[in-house]
Amino acid sequence: MKAIVQIGLKPGVLDPQGRAIARSLTDLGFEEVTAARQGKVIELDIKGEDAASAEQRVNEMCEKLLANTVIESYSVKIES
Amino acid sequence: MKTAVITFPASNCDRDARMALEKVTGRPAQMIWHRESEIPSDVDFVVIPGGFSYGDYLRCGAMAARSPIVKDLVEKANKGLPVAGFCNGFQILTETGLLPGALLMNQGLNFVCKPQKLRITNTNTRYTSGYGSTQEVVYPIAHHEGNYYADDATLNKLEKNGRVLFKYVDNPNGSARDIAGICNEAGNVFGMMPHPERAVDPLHGGTDGLNFFKSIIESI
Repeated sequence: MKAIVQIGLKPGVLDPQGRAIARSLTDLGFEEVTAARQGKVIELDIKGEDAASAEQRVNEMCEKLLANTVIESYSVKIES
Repeated sequence: MKTAVITFPASNCDRDARMALEKVTGRPAQMIWHRESEIPSDVDFVVIPGGFSYGDYLRCGAMAARSPIVKDLVEKANKGLPVAGFCNGFQILTETGLLPGALLMNQGLNFVCKPQKLRITNTNTRYTSGYGSTQEVVYPIAHHEGNYYADDATLNKLEKNGRVLFKYVDNPNGSARDIAGICNEAGNVFGMMPHPERAVDPLHGGTDGLNFFKSIIESI
């Protein structure tokens, strides 16, 4: 199985990189862009067949290491 | 008086910290490699130095905060061992949860590297008592992720309880409420982005950092 973990700054936490990206896009003529937030994606290869228990374990990984929950939120998707 | 400095792969202020500690205590600090699992029980004060531990992988300080030596450090800090982290050391301390909040990328997106004026906002602490009536000091700063963030409730609590020890004069990185350095509730754990260990010799351009180390050493 694969777990796709998406991590980003929580709403309300200033994202200077996202702001610079949005500004750059509007400079390039993509004026419909009003805001950008930058995050990261981590792909994990996981042993086993049980998607529900894998998801629970990956959530634990996020809490313990992958995300800093003071500033970041995360979401987990399991793909077989 | 025995002091120690923890060295991680890509720490780069460990020797500055050792020199500062030796200057103030008269004894060389013990260098503890990150692969060791225990802080010797006779160590009285530990510095977590600046640098780019583990290449800043994942997040600054994230890997170091989960290393075996830091696990032992957290246990000992929770029992009262004085611990100070500068720059990457501050990032590591927030990642362990010993200090609240987190360090985000500088608001201006630039790496800032310069002498920085700071205002001492509480001199009645183990880390600042030696400054007496001195209100402003200059320590060097050199960081890219030094923008201190915590939610409003945490910031209110820090300020109300005198746990903000230093504030920036002319905030260089966007830190919430100009906060530069904070301590934990018990007052034994301290972290800041600026580098007092790089301001302890006239050749550094200033010696404003000496009283920081004198304060904590004399409190032990």
